[in-house]
This record gives sequence, C-alpha cells and structure tokens, in this order.
Amino acid sequence: MRSSGAFKIDTDNTFQALELESEAKVDGETASDSESRVDTASLPPSADDTPEVLNRALSNLSSRWKNWWVRGILTLAMIAFFFIIIYLGPMVLMMIVMCVQIKCFHEIITIGYNVYHSYDLPWFRTLSWYFLLCVNYFFYGETVTDYFFTLVQREEPLRILSKYHRFISFTLYLTGFCMFVLSLVKKHYRLQFYMFGWTHVTLLIVVTQSHLVIHNLFEGMIWFIVPISCVICNDIMAYMFGFFFGRTPLIKLSPKKTWEGFIGGCFATVVFGLLLSYVMSGYRCFVCPVEYNNDTNSFTVDCEPSDLFRLQEYNIPGVIQSVIGWKTVRMYPFQIHSIALSTFASLIGPFGGFFASGFKRAFKIKDFANTIPGHGGIMDRFDCQYLMATFVNVYIASFIRGPNPSKLVQQFLTLRPDQQLHIFNTLKSHLIDKGMLTAAPEDE
Amino acid sequence: MRPGKPFEGETDIDDRYGDLDSRTDSDIPEIPPSSDRTPEILKRALSGLSSRWKNWWIRGILTLTMISLFFLIIYMGSFMLMLLVLSIQVKCFHEIITIGYRVYRSYDLPWFRTLSWYFLLCVNYFFYGETVADYFATFVQREEQLQFLIRYHRFISFALYLAGFCMFVLSLVKKHYRLQFYMFAWTHVTLLITVTQSHLVIQNLFEGMIWFLVPISSVICNDITAYLFGFFFGRTPLIKGCRVCFTLLPIHPLKRPFLGSAVLSFISSFTKLSLSPKKTWEGFIGGFFSTVVFGFIAAYVLSKYQYFVCPVEYRSDVNSFVTECEPSELFQLQSYSLPPFLKAVLRRETVSLYPFQIHSIALSTFASLIGPFGGFFASGFKRAFKIKDFANTIPGHGGIMDRFDCQYLMATFVHVYITSFIRGPNPSKLLQQLLVLQPEQQLNIYKTLKTHLIEKGILQPSLKV
Repeated sequence: MRSSGAFKIDTDNTFQALELESEAKVDGETASDSESRVDTASLPPSADDTPEVLNRALSNLSSRWKNWWVRGILTLAMIAFFFIIIYLGPMVLMMIVMCVQIKCFHEIITIGYNVYHSYDLPWFRTLSWYFLLCVNYFFYGETVTDYFFTLVQREEPLRILSKYHRFISFTLYLTGFCMFVLSLVKKHYRLQFYMFGWTHVTLLIVVTQSHLVIHNLFEGMIWFIVPISCVICNDIMAYMFGFFFGRTPLIKLSPKKTWEGFIGGCFATVVFGLLLSYVMSGYRCFVCPVEYNNDTNSFTVDCEPSDLFRLQEYNIPGVIQSVIGWKTVRMYPFQIHSIALSTFASLIGPFGGFFASGFKRAFKIKDFANTIPGHGGIMDRFDCQYLMATFVNVYIASFIRGPNPSKLVQQFLTLRPDQQLHIFNTLKSHLIDKGMLTAAPEDE
Repeated sequence: MRPGKPFEGETDIDDRYGDLDSRTDSDIPEIPPSSDRTPEILKRALSGLSSRWKNWWIRGILTLTMISLFFLIIYMGSFMLMLLVLSIQVKCFHEIITIGYRVYRSYDLPWFRTLSWYFLLCVNYFFYGETVADYFATFVQREEQLQFLIRYHRFISFALYLAGFCMFVLSLVKKHYRLQFYMFAWTHVTLLITVTQSHLVIQNLFEGMIWFLVPISSVICNDITAYLFGFFFGRTPLIKGCRVCFTLLPIHPLKRPFLGSAVLSFISSFTKLSLSPKKTWEGFIGGFFSTVVFGFIAAYVLSKYQYFVCPVEYRSDVNSFVTECEPSELFQLQSYSLPPFLKAVLRRETVSLYPFQIHSIALSTFASLIGPFGGFFASGFKRAFKIKDFANTIPGHGGIMDRFDCQYLMATFVHVYITSFIRGPNPSKLLQQLLVLQPEQQLNIYKTLKTHLIEKGILQPSLKV
C-alpha cells in the first residue's frame, strides 16, 4: 500500500494527478489515513510490508480498519520500546539517538541518490558517510570533553585529542573536501555539486538536532522525555480529534490535517504536559543532570533537585479560583515551563511536519522509507521533533541555566596567569558587591 | 574573462523537474558571450595594444587598484575593515543567490527573494550578537536594552529564524514545491559558506590585524605568483604530472591488495579531471616557494608594529577601537640557533626571528597547498552551472566571489589554528559567562580558582580567608 524506495521521476501529468487526488480527499472525507489512498498512476504499488503475524491476525477485517490496527499496534510497540530505553539509562539513550540519527541520514541521502540517479557517481557514497563521520566526531568530541573532563585529563592520548580537537576535526573535514574536489568527473559536475549540497544540508538538519537532543538529555532526562512525549502526544491527539471531529482543512500541504485536530491537539498536549511533568518531577533519576562518576566509571543521576523541581505554592488567579474552588495550588515550577514546551510542540512543531510533507510532495515520494510498517521511515516519525530539540536547547540556555560551570573552570585553567588573575579579581569584587563574600583586606 | 548569462538556449519545460535534475552536463548549452564591461577610459588608453596584452594590462591595473584599496582600508582601522568584510559577505551572498535564481529560473517565486535576504539578516544577527557581546562587554553592561538583548540573544535569534522557516512553509506553492526546496537548500548552503567564513575572518581580525593581513596576503600572493610562474615557465599541466607519477608507482599489477586498487582507481579518476587546465606544476611549486618567502618577510615587517599585533579592544572611555598592548611573546624577537647545514650556508650561529614567523610558514604552506582546492571547487561549480564568472563586478576579474574563492578555506584554517595552537578562550567572554551564573555557582568557582591560583603561586595565600 505504501511506496518503497524505488520510484520514477514523474512528468507533468502525475504531478497534477497527485494534486487532484488530494482535492478530492479534502472535499469528501474526514481525516483518514493517507496510506489507504489508492496509489497514483505513476508510482508502482509495492508489496505489503506488514509482518506476516499481523497480516494473519487481521486478515478478516476490512482494509481501512486493518490499516488502523497496524498503525495502532506499531505505535504501542514504539512507545513500549521508548519506555524500555528510558529504563535502561542515559548511555543507552545516547546510543539510540545516535542510531536514529544515522538512519535518518541514510534515508534522506538515499532519496537524494534516487532523485539524481546518482547511485553510480564515483566515490559519492563513501564521501557522504565520511562527512557524517567527521561531523559526528567533531560534535561528540566537544560534548565528551565537557562532560567527561576528568576522565579525559587522565588518559594521555585522550588529552591530546581533546586539546587539538578542533584542529583534528578540521583536518578530517578538509581531507573530505579535497577528495570531493579531486573526484569531480567531467560530465557530472552538476550532479556532484547537487549531492554535495544535499549531503551538507542533511548533515545540518540531522546531526545538529541529534546533538542538541543529547545536550538536553545531559541536562536532565526530564528535558529529553517531556518534549518528545509532547510531540508524540500532539501527533496522536491531533489525529484522534481530526478522526472524530475533523471538518475544516488546515493547510493544502497536508490535506488530512484539520483545524479541529489542531486545536484539540493543542489543548490535550498542554494538559498532558502538565500531568507528565508533575509525575516526573518527583523522581531524582529524571530531574538530575547526568554526570559521569570517575570512581564508579558510570553515569549517575543523583543530586539535590534544583528549585525548579521543588513544590511551591502558587496563587490561582481570580477567574479560575471561582471555577475550581481552591485558593492556592501546589505545583512544580517546571510545570510552568512545560506549558511553554507543550505550546511550542503543538503550534510550531507541526510546521516541521508540513516541511517534511512539502519535501515529500516535491520529490514525489509517499514516505521517506519503508522501515516501520504502517508508519513509513524513521524520518517520518521524527520530522516534528526536528524543531523541538533546538527549541528546548535554546530555552534551557536562555531561561533555565547559564553556561556549564565546569566548562568555565576548564577554560579558565587554559588562560595565561595574568588573565587568570584579572578574572579572579573581577569575580572577587563582583561577589563582594553582591554580599556573598566579606572583604578580606589581606587578600591580594 | 567575460561573465555570462546562463541558459539562454534551454528549451525544457518548467515542470519537467526530472530532466532538470538528471541531465548530464553535456546536454546544457554553452553560455553566449555577453558585452564587454571594461570602463571606457581604460579602453581608450589601451586601444593600441594587441588583445592579449590589453587583457593583461586590464587585469594588472585592476589588481593594483584592489591592492591599494586594501592598504587604504587597513590604514583606516579595524572598524572599517569589519565593515568591508561585511559588505563583501553580502555581495558574495548576492552573487551566489543570483546564480541560483538563474539556474532554477525561480526569480518569480513568491516570497523567495525576501526570504533569502531575511535568512541572511537572521544569521548575521546571530553571529554579530555573539561576537559583539564578547568584545563590547563593558559597553553593553551600561545600556539596559542591550543587556536584555544579550541575555536572551539565542532565544531572539532562534525566534527570528523560526519566523522565516514558518513563512517558507506557508509560502509553498502547489506547482513549485521542488523549486522552492532547492532554493531553500541553496540559500542555506550559501549562508553556511559565506556567513560563517566572514565571521571567522572577523574573529581573526579581533585577535590582531596581523592574523587577518598575513593569511589574506599569502593567498593573494600565491594567486599572483602561481599565475606569473605559470605564464613564464608553465609547461606541465597538473593532470599530466599526476599521470606520470602514477605510472612510476612501484605496485605490481597482480599483487595489488584491495586498498591499493581502490587508491589506483581513485588516482585514475583524478587523471580524467580537467578542471583548471591553465594551472601548471611549475606555477604551483613556484607559487608555493614564493608565498612562503613572502609570508616570512611580511610577518617580519608587520610584527614590529603594535597597531598590527595587538588584539583589538573597545575602550569605553574613548568610545572607539584601540590596538595598544604589551606585545605577546609571539611578537618579540628571539634567538634561534640554526641547524648545521643552514649555518654553513649563512655563516651565522643564530638568527633572531619573531616566533610568529614560524607560524607564518604554516599559514603560507596552507595557503599554497590547500588554498587552491577552494579555487578548484569554485571552478568546478562554474563548470557545473556553465558560467564563466560568478558576476560582472570587477572588469577583468569577474565577481567578488571569484577573488575570494581561495580565501574560503583560509579563514577557517587560521581560526582553527589560533584556537588550537596560539591561545585559549577569550578572557572577557569567560568573565561575562561567569557573571551570568547563579551566586552559589560563582562562589564555588571562586573557591576552586583561588585554590588553583594559590597552588600555582600566582596568588599569595592570606592569613584570613
């Protein structure tokens, strides 16, 4: 029912056929599963990829409900998988994020190859993966140096690698760049430049987002779980509301999205976010920053929860007071932040989805790939998350905390002595001004 | 030498996107030559010469004009240099985007011109905000509104970018999805190339004008001397020389391991390369040696003056940029003992050099060996899109981007070199970040720093703590 990776570049007619079909969809039907549409004339119908087990179990249902069940079961499977990984801890989460990133990169690059028929270009597959490796090395090196500072300082080879990290990463990238220039072949310059541009834009999208996700994760698992769950919840709620109440189409790009689904999803997500943050703020393992403990050589999440995660009394504004009948309510301050996160997830997150829909329409593909039956590729599931990770990272940096103190200490230690003294004195006078330190005249 | 308008003769229909993408280069017709843009005055002055020499003279005169303009701006100071870098960046962006419009004939796409310039503005705002906040810390602390802008700088920049992103999504028009995505990607790659490089240049500049002048001059010198050596002595094109070396490789055909055959297939694809046929090995090697010598001498000359050597600082009392400081060790003459064979040649025991001159050898080597790859990249780009020059701005030379294509990699290299080998992080930025922390964190850091400084003996321990 859904297209596989092999598709043809279409002509005029098919483009129009795709458009006409979507018009019909909007007029007659409610928000139903796009997969149940009949394939357009040009895309060859591919084999059904649902596992045999599911096929047999659902063989007697009609095709529309069968699809719904397949999607439902896979959704539950993915959510269960998500919970298992959370249970396994931050290290496993980091690895999963990395695998998802590689798979997304692979999916988008494969689309590029198919678009440009450039699978046979010399060296290009190697170069794309090489650039992915370089950029990942650069980003992981920066993160590892920050968080594993003491471990890195102990091991001699690691210390050198981290001291000259930028230089080494730049050299690796430069090698790839020079190989690209040397690999330019006479009749294929344009294709090669297109693939070079395609690779770089994909790296910009996929790799930077995944590293911001890991930064959020290290801030505290709650900063990773709540945003992702809000986006997933928004997806599901908007779908449900649209399915049951959907009537007014939202945007031409995604004809199955409706205003009822959008608004219903927004409210449901905010409520869900509030509840989820209330539940999670109680547990240290979610709330504390992830730290690497040198003695036990593992990650620990143990700390004194910050102010954000301690219950406080808030006065309810008059309007709600009459409705609920309470004067004050006890909430975690984090729940206020979660409202901001959920609002972003429901209002702006869908733009990531529209972007991906536009991309799929532009390149005439149904799904990014065929990995998850009923859902398409990994990228299909993560397109709305795209903007969320950056938003959370920017939000944390701007409103929650400043720079990382241990990183600052590291940077301080690399300065010259006179610069160190200057900073130390300025800090001292600042602290004395604030009253945190008493002025001691004997100090130089 | 003449910039051209691409795609005059194309007949493909707009909607046949597949053909646009998967056509090989040979299907695209050549560009018709456009009109000559040399100013009238030059034409009259050189009307008597033959066309080859006339071209040479035009290029020569324009080169000298550009170099004198460069000197003039250096004299005017770092602020003018910053403005110059900014204008060059905007012009390069404009040139590359215009090429994109022509390639995709998307000049009439709704909103796209506005969005491209908007994204340029956003990214510049983000980068300048980060730099300005660091270097103008004292100035910024005074003004209240600037404080607010600095504190939430990332959030504001992200919100601005997001607004542009949402406008892009909302502007997607039914029949033009693919074109719009292409232009979106084209804009982003151009931003990545031009804007990040220009900001690295400005950061190098703030480190000390010498870090800006020596690399740029090395690249320009390499261009000019490689051209001159090639003009007078050039005989072996780069490609042929490679083929000769390839045949000399001592690998028995039957015994090639997998890696060996991969390397050989790579080299054989290189020999088919025909980018820049006018570049020759003589020019390349001659340019390399001249650039190293030039860099060495330029570093020696410039290291003497505080104006070039000191980091640029903003003094709030005089409300301007000053370059006054105690020159660091890099810029103080030191004696180096010569290795024995040089001792015999020069008949001296030691030589006094600035340590910076050693670094300048590294910079010049990069400029002559790797810098040309930026030029090959730009040549490949021009061949891919069948254009002679990026634009028409400078008569005899093409567009601004034509002059700056080799500089592209140089700026990043210098920045990475400085951060890895020369100095650590910026002290004022560090101080600013310290002041933003929570008071308890500040106190902790204060204590850690104090113990560290006492250990190192920089601070004398006091009796009362």
